Amino acid sequence: MTAYLLRRVVQAIFVVIVVTMIVFGLLQLLPGGPAHAVLGSHATRAAVAAFNKANGLDKPVFVQYGIWFSHLVQGNLGYSYNQNQSVASLIGERLPKTLALTITSVILAMLIGVSIGTLQAIQRNRAFDYAATSVGFLFYSFPPFFLALLLIILLAVDVHLLPAQAPQVSSVWTVLSDPQGLILPVVTLAVTGVAIFSRYMRSSVIDNLLQDYVRTAHAKGVGPVRLLVVHVFRNALLPVVTLIGLFLPVLLSGAVVVESVFNYPGMGLLFWNAATSRDYPTELGITVLVGVFTVVGSLLADILYAMLDPRVRYVRQ
Amino acid sequence: MSGHEPRIEAVAAGAAGAGLAAGTGPVDHRGGMAAERPFSLARTRRTFMQNRLAVVGSGIVVFLILFCFVGPLVYRTDQVSVSLSTAHLGPFTSGHVLGTDQVGRDVLGRLMVGGQTSLEVGVAAAALATLLGTLVGAVAGFFGGVVDSVLMRIVDGFMAVPGLFVVLLLGSMFTPTKGLLILVIAALSWLITARLVRGDTLSLRTREYVEAVRLSGGSGWRAVWRHIIPNAIGTIVVSGTFQVADAILLLASLDFLGLGIPPPAASWGQMLSSGIEYVYDGYLWLVIPPGVAIMLVVLGFNFLGDGLRDALDVRLRER
Repeated sequence: MTAYLLRRVVQAIFVVIVVTMIVFGLLQLLPGGPAHAVLGSHATRAAVAAFNKANGLDKPVFVQYGIWFSHLVQGNLGYSYNQNQSVASLIGERLPKTLALTITSVILAMLIGVSIGTLQAIQRNRAFDYAATSVGFLFYSFPPFFLALLLIILLAVDVHLLPAQAPQVSSVWTVLSDPQGLILPVVTLAVTGVAIFSRYMRSSVIDNLLQDYVRTAHAKGVGPVRLLVVHVFRNALLPVVTLIGLFLPVLLSGAVVVESVFNYPGMGLLFWNAATSRDYPTELGITVLVGVFTVVGSLLADILYAMLDPRVRYVRQ
Repeated sequence: MSGHEPRIEAVAAGAAGAGLAAGTGPVDHRGGMAAERPFSLARTRRTFMQNRLAVVGSGIVVFLILFCFVGPLVYRTDQVSVSLSTAHLGPFTSGHVLGTDQVGRDVLGRLMVGGQTSLEVGVAAAALATLLGTLVGAVAGFFGGVVDSVLMRIVDGFMAVPGLFVVLLLGSMFTPTKGLLILVIAALSWLITARLVRGDTLSLRTREYVEAVRLSGGSGWRAVWRHIIPNAIGTIVVSGTFQVADAILLLASLDFLGLGIPPPAASWGQMLSSGIEYVYDGYLWLVIPPGVAIMLVVLGFNFLGDGLRDALDVRLRER
């Protein structure tokens, strides 16, 4: 276990470094460099040179990367171009709200997806299975922004059932105390997850139902319900849990779209606003953070999987 | 989402009849070299036609291609001039089948023109991504060792940064053009293909015929190019099809968020986002058609990919 853990952690650190290189590389693509973004495109040559010198941009790219990386490790993500605030504190304000949104969606998607997938496996190749498969395809292909819009039209414009806009408050606790405004964003974000989780759960349960241990339990007189709930369900759930690592990037991209449609003041909306106003430090900071989240998320999922399923650890050793 | 019962296949057999006549008949017992071949066109076509979703998917894709590229030739509209006196006309008024938008342009005609970009960028980006992913995956899997580890960590790194964030970031730096979008989306999409092809290559490289190439003095590149890649073609085609769906969805999200190809160029995502303002006025014809179009094209390519996967007998764990 220790060896597996160590190898996996070293791998993750390497990947995080690659992520920072990719994001830093994106900044280098900026035409004219950051100086023109800050000073405007009509800045004089002298002003640009002075800006570059002051910000260390006249140094070789590798040195710049080193400085940027060391700041990053210390939690210094730079200073926003137009919000008059450090990127770290901007993100710190919005992140809890995005977490509230995404975590609720994942839990919802998991509960629904896993239940549907299990039912599909039991009802394999019957009407319910086909219906759920088709709906799953539809859910998977549904652009989140269009779904959000349809929900707004149906439930907020035609019938004044739910608000079309998320609560505009600063604290995450106030957001949670007013759950009505969260319903539509959470549902929109959960739909893709339901499609993914139900699909994997279906095949996972089917795989497990064919295993020897199921036949043994059946032969020993375990009833079908107990067999499914106690034996198959727990084993089948395991690989599905690790999907969260794979689902994280989907979820965080979805958050950008959903937060901008519902005007939900989280990290996704911050990123979108930064992108439309060319606030590069904020954009880069969030992108790095999202990358690190994804790496750490899949690392945790892998470790959890290895802890629960000893077979994983012994592969490739 | 595979899994078909015999009942459905029996029903679909009628539709597959034309394919069967030219093939080898319903019983798939072919001896000799033919059975060894990993890729049989007749068998592929038969399995494909038996998959209802796949037939529906290819129907949707063909329909949308005709709609976007042949449609404007039949249904001629003026997408250039602005006429505020005919703005916001409802569907089926004065010859506008789906009504007009906020500056008086015909919505149906705009839908056709907007779809051209989606399809062109989606297909080109997917093709480029598939090519790149295939090469990286085959090289990593075949040569193994340090090459494999380094390439796969790079893939992990790229995979960790969600594509939407990168395209939005780049969209804020540059004014996107079709060519640029194709390159960027391809650069972000080759990863899954690379992983899948690497997986296939790991098992293919131990086959006798690949070892025979090396024993008879053929280079590693020859083995990859002439033997590994042709034998992984099923995986490559299937993941390429899914790539088109993903690329179109990514492009539509970018357009929707306002950082895609700038107006006056038409795109579905941008039609949808500019129509949102008028939802409270009840001008639903501005948002429903582009939304349905995006959904249909993504659904079509996903169905198609799924059908191809069954037909080519590819086991993709990633999708």
